[in-house]
Amino acid sequence: MVGAQEVTGAIADPGLTSLAWIVVLLPLVSFFLITFFGKRLPAGGAWIGIGAMALCLAISLGILLHFVQGGEASEASVSWFRIGPLEFELGQLVDGLTAVMLVVVTLVSLCVQVYSLGYMHGDARFTWFYAVLSLFTGAMLDVVVANNLFQLLVGWELMGISSYLLIGHWWEEKENSNAAIKAFITTRVGDVPFMFGIFVLTVAAGTSNIGRISEVAETGEASTLLITAGALLLFGGAIGKSAQVPLHVWLPDAMAGPTPVSALIHAATMVAAGVYLVGRMFTVFVHAGDVALDTVAIVASVTMLIAALLAMIQDDIKRVLAYSTVSQLAYMVAGLSLGEAGYTPGLFHLFTHAFFKALLFLAAGSVIHAAHTNNMSEMGGLRKMMPLTFVTFSIGSAALSGIPPLAGFWSKDEIISTAFREGNYFVWAIALVTAILTAFYMMRVVLLTFFGAYRGHGHPHESPPSMTGPLALLAGLSVVVGFLGAPQLNAVFADWVHFGEEAHAEPFSYGFAAVSIIGALLGLLVGYRLYRGWRERDPVRRLGPFYTLLERKYYLDDVYLKGIVRPLQYPIPRAVDWTNQRVLDGAVNAAAWATKKLSLGVDVVDKRAVDGAVNGVAFGAGATGGLLRYIQSGNVQRYAVFLFVGVAILAIAITRF
Amino acid sequence: MSGWQESAITLAVFLPLLGAVVIAVMPKSADRLVRILGLVFTGAALVVATIMIFDFQFGAHDGLQYELDVSWISAIGARYHVGIDGISLPLFYLTFVLTFLCAVYTYRILPNPGRPKAFLALMLLLETGMAGTFIAFDLILFFVFFELVLVPMYFLIAVWGSANREYAAIKFFLYTLFGSVFMLLGFLAMFFKSEPHTFDILELQEFAMGGGFTHSIQLLIFAGVFLGFAIKVPMWPFHTWLPDAHTEAPTVGSVLLAGILLKLGTYGFVRIALPILPDAAETWAPIIGVLAVIAIVYASLACLAQRDLKRLIAFSSVGHMGFVMLGIATLTPIGINAAIFGMVAHGVITGMLFFEVGSIYDRYHTRQIAEIGGGMLQKVPALAGIFAFTAIASLGLPGLAGFIGEFMALLSAYSPAPMLSETLFRVLMVFGGIGTILTAGYFLWTLQRVNLGTLPDRWKEASLRDVTRVEWLAWAPLLVAILALGVFPRLILGTTQEAVEGILRVFGG
Amino acid sequence: MIRLPFLLFFSAVLFSAGIYGVLARRNAVLVLMSIELMLNAVNVNLVAFGSFLQDAALTGQVFALFVITVAAAEVGIGLAIVILIYRNRETINVDEVNLLRW
Repeated sequence: MVGAQEVTGAIADPGLTSLAWIVVLLPLVSFFLITFFGKRLPAGGAWIGIGAMALCLAISLGILLHFVQGGEASEASVSWFRIGPLEFELGQLVDGLTAVMLVVVTLVSLCVQVYSLGYMHGDARFTWFYAVLSLFTGAMLDVVVANNLFQLLVGWELMGISSYLLIGHWWEEKENSNAAIKAFITTRVGDVPFMFGIFVLTVAAGTSNIGRISEVAETGEASTLLITAGALLLFGGAIGKSAQVPLHVWLPDAMAGPTPVSALIHAATMVAAGVYLVGRMFTVFVHAGDVALDTVAIVASVTMLIAALLAMIQDDIKRVLAYSTVSQLAYMVAGLSLGEAGYTPGLFHLFTHAFFKALLFLAAGSVIHAAHTNNMSEMGGLRKMMPLTFVTFSIGSAALSGIPPLAGFWSKDEIISTAFREGNYFVWAIALVTAILTAFYMMRVVLLTFFGAYRGHGHPHESPPSMTGPLALLAGLSVVVGFLGAPQLNAVFADWVHFGEEAHAEPFSYGFAAVSIIGALLGLLVGYRLYRGWRERDPVRRLGPFYTLLERKYYLDDVYLKGIVRPLQYPIPRAVDWTNQRVLDGAVNAAAWATKKLSLGVDVVDKRAVDGAVNGVAFGAGATGGLLRYIQSGNVQRYAVFLFVGVAILAIAITRF
Repeated sequence: MSGWQESAITLAVFLPLLGAVVIAVMPKSADRLVRILGLVFTGAALVVATIMIFDFQFGAHDGLQYELDVSWISAIGARYHVGIDGISLPLFYLTFVLTFLCAVYTYRILPNPGRPKAFLALMLLLETGMAGTFIAFDLILFFVFFELVLVPMYFLIAVWGSANREYAAIKFFLYTLFGSVFMLLGFLAMFFKSEPHTFDILELQEFAMGGGFTHSIQLLIFAGVFLGFAIKVPMWPFHTWLPDAHTEAPTVGSVLLAGILLKLGTYGFVRIALPILPDAAETWAPIIGVLAVIAIVYASLACLAQRDLKRLIAFSSVGHMGFVMLGIATLTPIGINAAIFGMVAHGVITGMLFFEVGSIYDRYHTRQIAEIGGGMLQKVPALAGIFAFTAIASLGLPGLAGFIGEFMALLSAYSPAPMLSETLFRVLMVFGGIGTILTAGYFLWTLQRVNLGTLPDRWKEASLRDVTRVEWLAWAPLLVAILALGVFPRLILGTTQEAVEGILRVFGG
Repeated sequence: MIRLPFLLFFSAVLFSAGIYGVLARRNAVLVLMSIELMLNAVNVNLVAFGSFLQDAALTGQVFALFVITVAAAEVGIGLAIVILIYRNRETINVDEVNLLRW
């Protein structure tokens, strides 16, 4: 169906860009192949998924090459279906952003799939796991490639269900399936506004084509009010998927899934989709009223800070990383909220973050795989037992903390400096504070996990090559990808991903860089001082009541659970059911009862009155007869008396009248 | 009657009736033969319907195909006027597919007290009634088919149902009959108030185009017709017969009830109420919209409270039909196309869900969620997997059948027909959206309680069969359809467009 | 010539005695005899009016003869019934003969 595409944008040499749809299709095909045939294949069909993903990566690199060489964006589509006046298409919009994301997603997914060969070895549902990984990646790729919002929504929701399936992969434990449901429902809460946003923009533009919608927003064909509403509603979707306040609660719980899944969710798919959406629909946000980007900025700033604070106190290594993801996503969103200037920095951070966050998760998975626990209080001293994991994890941590020249430094610094330059000191201040906190908690994780004495039981050892291989690859990338955005090296990333016609890289300011670096070092230093030696009582507990507040996750989960979920789960449905049975159905049954009673009444009336009249006549005659019969005594003399009396009366009557 | 074009519909509709008669005269002992005959006749009807699809002119503008219009009861001007257009076709075909699959299912599985002869004869009679409703273009003919459905369904519930079957059967029968009376009054009013007097739906549409009934008369007639259709749909608050009927009905009965019967009501709105009574439809649309959205939210909340799996699915039907009615209430091409898509999707998905619940009951001998107690994926993985797949389709996942209908219905509520209140319908859209969250909530919760977790001890030793061969045969087409409709919405939307535009022309669109 | 009122008075007394006998006596034979008394009272009346009216056709007297004849027949049948009753029921007390009762 897609094969019969017609290229709508006339481009001289599309290169491999016209093959983008294959990148989407391959994982989906692989999903079906693994689902139906995986169990009969060696290695449970995992190689289908890995092979498909490798092919996807190759094509994606080819597409990226097109843009490296300065190629043009292209769009192609085929009609999908028509409903009323609306035409929906299946299409691909391939520009620099798409190309970059394609590479990120396929690369991370490939790493995760290779890694899972070791991590998931011997799992009861190994094959199914690989099938869903393929589906998950395919869905994300669809979001990346889609040239219209409807197709994007399809991928978006498929990702939701894949995350549900993967987070709940070990569904024997109720905790895991709870987390899966929570993830799905929470993101769905965001998806509904997203869907409404699609309505608003689709109706305004008469199509869900992203290019056309951007055009409408740009030229002012639709009122600013509409565009603002559309932007805010779309952002609702991003809030859900990218785990921003107040819908961030699902992401830490999503740690219930296998660790490779966490890596995939946190780096390449799912949470990246929300940021990507804002980037993709950036024209709409830019041309909406100020309130749109202001809202985005506030949400991002709040999320950034509160998530970083939460990350400080976690004992579960994966939860630290989860909250750090929330915080870093907020960084990206905050970058985008700065307007046109923040477009490239925000998305650059999305790009770099994918590598080191995938790395961190996979390394954490390696640790968990070895130590058989998620809790850092039961780890310690793993540096010597698993050196490769230690090195790669440290690289990831440094990158995340923003230590130059690793990837995180370049992208974070760009956001912070852009915030200052754009005069958004609020975002700037919070981003800086968050940077300090980030460095602090990553230091804490590294020290607690890899230094000191081993506090667990058992004998952890280094993971197999299928797991360490991807770690090494990602570590290497985490070191180098930052240079793509380094102004000293022409900031090539900005050539690929930029808003508007021309790329305009911000000049590098050593002053701002120094501030960022000092912030990061400050965080590291505080972390080092506090966690240099193991203490039974975690130093962060000294925060007192604030610690409790953080431990209770600002009571947000409690509010949601007790304020919304439980009432919706038990009392309200019961009340509705009661109403249904007693009131509505009661009315029906009452009507039936009344009819029945009425018919009984009618029956009574019929028997007593109508038939009664008939019987009454008969009975009356009988009764009269019964009375009269007493006269008929059989005594002739009495008859004679009557005769006589009668005659006498007659005689009197006749003679008198 | 000569020629394929004229006789095809009649052949397809009355083949099952012939089958019912043939089966009825078979000896009681011929169990196997009767079941084969059931397959043969439903299969033959399906073949006829399939050939009809291949002959169908999809590009053609509105107007009937396979039309036949002959005198029937001349004394009252009722005619045997049948035909098919883009709106009828999907539902008409779905009828034959579902009934055939039910016959396949019945080939092996039949609830107490057995008696395949009576069961299949009633099922075939039901098929004639259902299929006939979708192709009747004469109000009296429509009414006859519409009511013909009641009798076999009554017996299917009352004889082969579970514990409380008599109550449910009588309730179903009386409730729908109650509505039908008002509908019939409406039809009669249409006849007497139209110039010239006619029962013909197309002529009445023409009449409506040229001015039609006065507004006050339309309102009255619409009220009557509304009651008849709304009970059948069923719309809130006329839905209470549905959970009882579904819960007590045998599996095949539930499948056909959810799959086809409910659509008779929504189809009636699209085919009769809107095009013939456009002014009243405009007046009534906000009310219908509000009731539809109440149904969506209300039903999903009620689902959360259900302990009986089958009852839960029944309530979910109320919610899904709410989306269909919301689409209809917008009076837009998008809304009505979405409604028809939603009808077919619901028929396939919920039909499938009832099959599964029936099979779960076959294994566990209970429908109580708490007694099943989870872990079904461990014990009967294929059955549980199919159940999860269907439930996920039902909660409206893109790429599967349930999504397009819901999405487009909400989209149409965002921009309803110009004469309707935009504000009201946008509020309705928001509540509909909340309904989709709740829908996801109860389905996932149900899956968690039934499918996931560890197997309770009491089932550990029980020998529960996984999906059997006949079940695969009966279900595979539906599972494929769920996927196919989601990936290729054109399968439905490609046929309905022109016909829907024809219906809406009377609104001056 | 005896004056008419005396004759009528006599007849009335005779008739009253007859009625009394019919109504009050229990013995069936006496009842029959009382009927005879009443019939004869009527005869007296007939004859008295016949002579009082100077009827050339003697209608009254002739009628009286008829009555005497009928009365004789009646007594014959009446006595036969009484005898049959006595044979069947060993009594001729009319109180006990109530076969005509309802």
